[in-house]
Amino acid sequence: MNRFTLLETPLEPARLLDTLRHPSCGGYATFEGAVRNHNEGRAVLRLEYEAFVPLALREGERILAEARSQFGLERAACAHRVGVLEIGDLAVWVGVGAAHRGEAFDACRYIIDRIKHSVPIWKKEYYPEGDSGWVNCEQCAAAPGSHQHAKR
Amino acid sequence: MSAPTLYGLLLTGGRSTRMKRDKARLEYAGKPQLDRAMELIAPLVTHAFVSVRAEQCDDPQRTAYETIADLRSDLGPLGGIQAAFHAYPSNAWLVLACDLPFLDAATVRHLIERRAVARLATAYRSAANGLPEPLCAIYEPSSRASLEEWIAQGLNCPRKWMSRGDVELLDLPNARALDNVNTANEYLAASATIGTIATGGAAGAGPLRRVSVRYFALLREQAGRGSEDLQTAARTPQELYEQLQRDRGLQLAPQFLRVAINDEFGDWQQPLAEGDTVAFLPPVAGG
Repeated sequence: MNRFTLLETPLEPARLLDTLRHPSCGGYATFEGAVRNHNEGRAVLRLEYEAFVPLALREGERILAEARSQFGLERAACAHRVGVLEIGDLAVWVGVGAAHRGEAFDACRYIIDRIKHSVPIWKKEYYPEGDSGWVNCEQCAAAPGSHQHAKR
Repeated sequence: MSAPTLYGLLLTGGRSTRMKRDKARLEYAGKPQLDRAMELIAPLVTHAFVSVRAEQCDDPQRTAYETIADLRSDLGPLGGIQAAFHAYPSNAWLVLACDLPFLDAATVRHLIERRAVARLATAYRSAANGLPEPLCAIYEPSSRASLEEWIAQGLNCPRKWMSRGDVELLDLPNARALDNVNTANEYLAASATIGTIATGGAAGAGPLRRVSVRYFALLREQAGRGSEDLQTAARTPQELYEQLQRDRGLQLAPQFLRVAINDEFGDWQQPLAEGDTVAFLPPVAGG
């Protein structure tokens, strides 16, 4: 069973983990991504997440299904926040259940990496100076001359 | 007897009711079909004319050539042929429709070489149904009386006239040569085959289709809206994005973006269809 969800309300790791429980699982691994107070050398006040919901759900489910089959998981789930988040808030939660710890750790890492790479979710950082910026987007202007690809 | 001199007549008076745009102006490989067809027939005939409806007489694209205006507006293609014989009764006419983008010089030359001067007309059989193709055909001066009689009976279908008349029918050397283009979708397919360079923003470059566009994150802010419906001549997401860069001031370079069509990842070159929803996705930053 896979489940990728987008939530406008705070993530509840204990409840999310409970959805993974299965008698054939000997190991569970979870990852919690939180909003931190700095990024790329700048202080950050808060974040705002935006998703292309139908495609994000579809792509998220695809990643969970890939991870399940690639690592032989019993369970895989991910929940991602949208909306405005304050420092310390959980932005993303990934959890997997597998027979053994090795696959559980590897699959958890695989899922969060893939989600950051291809699920259509964007975040905007708000800075103490009053400005803001979309992460990974600001260096992508179609300016004449050379293009520097944004860091991922 | 010596063959009557062959003149050329490109029929451009059609109302393009299904295409909803002037078929003579549709571009293939970057050139309007009117010009492509005239370039094709000019070297093969003594004199080439553009057949027009009376109200098209001052259309600059048509008057770049010599024109012959219809005498009557209710006869369709037969009206063009009638007017041509009225203007030059002793010549034969190579008559071509202007919605035949695949027509090649070899097919026209084949028709001319096998022209049966002693008969009323020479034409191809349709590759699809074997019926005569009256709009890529040679009409001898001797056909004029028969055509006028046909018109006088209130008839105006040249295909039926050909089916009943003394007409030489040939097999097409190239089965696709007379595929015609009547609808926006047919134009789309034909122009993709022939390789139009028309771009999304160029007015009159192709048929319009209605698409919805969704904007996210930085592109949403630059566009000043989350979504919109628009009519566009863009044939691909790439052409649409180029148009929106101009019209909406989008600042992100396309090489950093991904495309989604109808809520699924798509391709920059994927043909757009009527009613598609297109999204341009800035670099993602989940987690």
